[in-house]
Amino acid sequence: MASCSVEDVLAKAERDEAEKLKGITVSKELDLEFDPGNLLAFDKNRIDTREFKDSKREDFLRSLARDNTQLLINEIWKLPTERVEEVIVAKLPDPTTLLPREKPAPKPKPPTKWEQFAKLKGIQKKKKTNLVWDEVHKEWKRRWGYKRAKDDTKEWLIEVPVNADPNEDQFAKRNKAKKERVARNEYNRLKNIARAQKIKVPGMGLAPTPQQSKAELAQAVNIAKISTASVGKFQDNLPKEKTPKNTGKKRKFQPLIGDFSSEKQKQLDLLKVMDSKKPRLDITKAVNKQMREEDMESRKKNKKDFGKKGQRGKMSGKGKGKAGGKGKGPKGKGRKPQMKQGKR
Amino acid sequence: MRPLTDEETKTMFEKLSKYIGENIRLLIDRPDGTYCFRLHNDRVYYMSERILKLATNISRDKLVSVGTCFGKFTKTQKFRLHITALDFLAPYAKFKVWVKPGSEQSFLYGNHIMKSGLGRITENTAQYQGVVVYSMADVPLGFGVAAKTTQECRMVDPMSIVVFHQADIGEYIRSEDTLT
Repeated sequence: MASCSVEDVLAKAERDEAEKLKGITVSKELDLEFDPGNLLAFDKNRIDTREFKDSKREDFLRSLARDNTQLLINEIWKLPTERVEEVIVAKLPDPTTLLPREKPAPKPKPPTKWEQFAKLKGIQKKKKTNLVWDEVHKEWKRRWGYKRAKDDTKEWLIEVPVNADPNEDQFAKRNKAKKERVARNEYNRLKNIARAQKIKVPGMGLAPTPQQSKAELAQAVNIAKISTASVGKFQDNLPKEKTPKNTGKKRKFQPLIGDFSSEKQKQLDLLKVMDSKKPRLDITKAVNKQMREEDMESRKKNKKDFGKKGQRGKMSGKGKGKAGGKGKGPKGKGRKPQMKQGKR
Repeated sequence: MRPLTDEETKTMFEKLSKYIGENIRLLIDRPDGTYCFRLHNDRVYYMSERILKLATNISRDKLVSVGTCFGKFTKTQKFRLHITALDFLAPYAKFKVWVKPGSEQSFLYGNHIMKSGLGRITENTAQYQGVVVYSMADVPLGFGVAAKTTQECRMVDPMSIVVFHQADIGEYIRSEDTLT
């Protein structure tokens, strides 16, 4: 019994050893192609369709995967290793398989205005050095940008040219010119981008929103009108168009000592307009008037009846009558019938 | 100094017409001379043409006041009537309120007028109508806004406010610096 078991145990141990060895070595008809850079193993062996039957399919697939993975791991172990923080790491070489693009290839950008012009004229790009020798500071400085070689905005002395106004600030003039150049450059850059991406840019004077208000459109029309060489002086008006005055931001007032009589007349006309806007029949006033009259009537009656029939409770004639049309109604619709208060 | 624009004139006339109604035309069209409104530092001044021509000789920063100040335009272009306009508006007032001698001083200190202090009030006064406040001796004291109609004034209790205070002649002492 014991010998049996020992033999069994030995046999079992031997089988386990075989298993283990089998585990590491895998025999294949064709060798796999490896791309350790991508951790890729490419198996070109034929697959027996018999093994692909329903019942054995899962097992077959599992064993196939296990074998191929084992071969890939063997391949990885062949790579040079290094130790990173107590972990053995294999250094992967560069991948050899070319993967397809994730996104479509970028389309070539349309040339900018300058590039078109350069192509037309045959202007080649001249390679320039990055640094320029600055004689003043005796060192190499950038050609453009921060702390550049010839920065004319940093000059401490500017000669006033012969034909310039002596009171003009030359420094401010230079700064302003630079700002204008920067702004123009930026504007052209944005225009290039808009042209490249075929974005519609609104014309001068319009807001970039699709819906413009009437005032904005009118302003754009005015700007377009004066955008000629003679600043719109010879532009004819449309049939019913009026020449706009005071389109600038500066407000224009009447002269201080203008024509007094015309001023007076204008003010009187304004008063007349204001009066006409007020309703001829003021509803609240009419109601109050009506209420007052009823009050007086009831008081008179009280006085009379007081003498006749003795004390009676004070009648408050506060009933709201309809707005009696004492004159024409506000919209001239004719008189409203005067509602008389009935006997109480 | 400059003349008023159309909008400013309109706002001002609306305010004035609350107190004197259509009698504004008597201010514009005077038989005894041409008077005009001019704006200087947001204040509206009423002056004769002669004074205006003299005032043009003074520079803007040195000019403090011309003629009589009627009021001023606030930052949001609302027109505020000042007490200095009283002399011109009092004779043309449409709705008047007479205040009893007892509560005269209260009004001159800037308080509203209560029913107990009300002497007389013109008939047909609408609610929130601009009124000119007089003392019992017919001396104009200031401006106000009727809080109640004449009818309602008769019926309310004595402690309720009948006229809101707008301007009074006590301001000549109280707000001396800001009046110009």
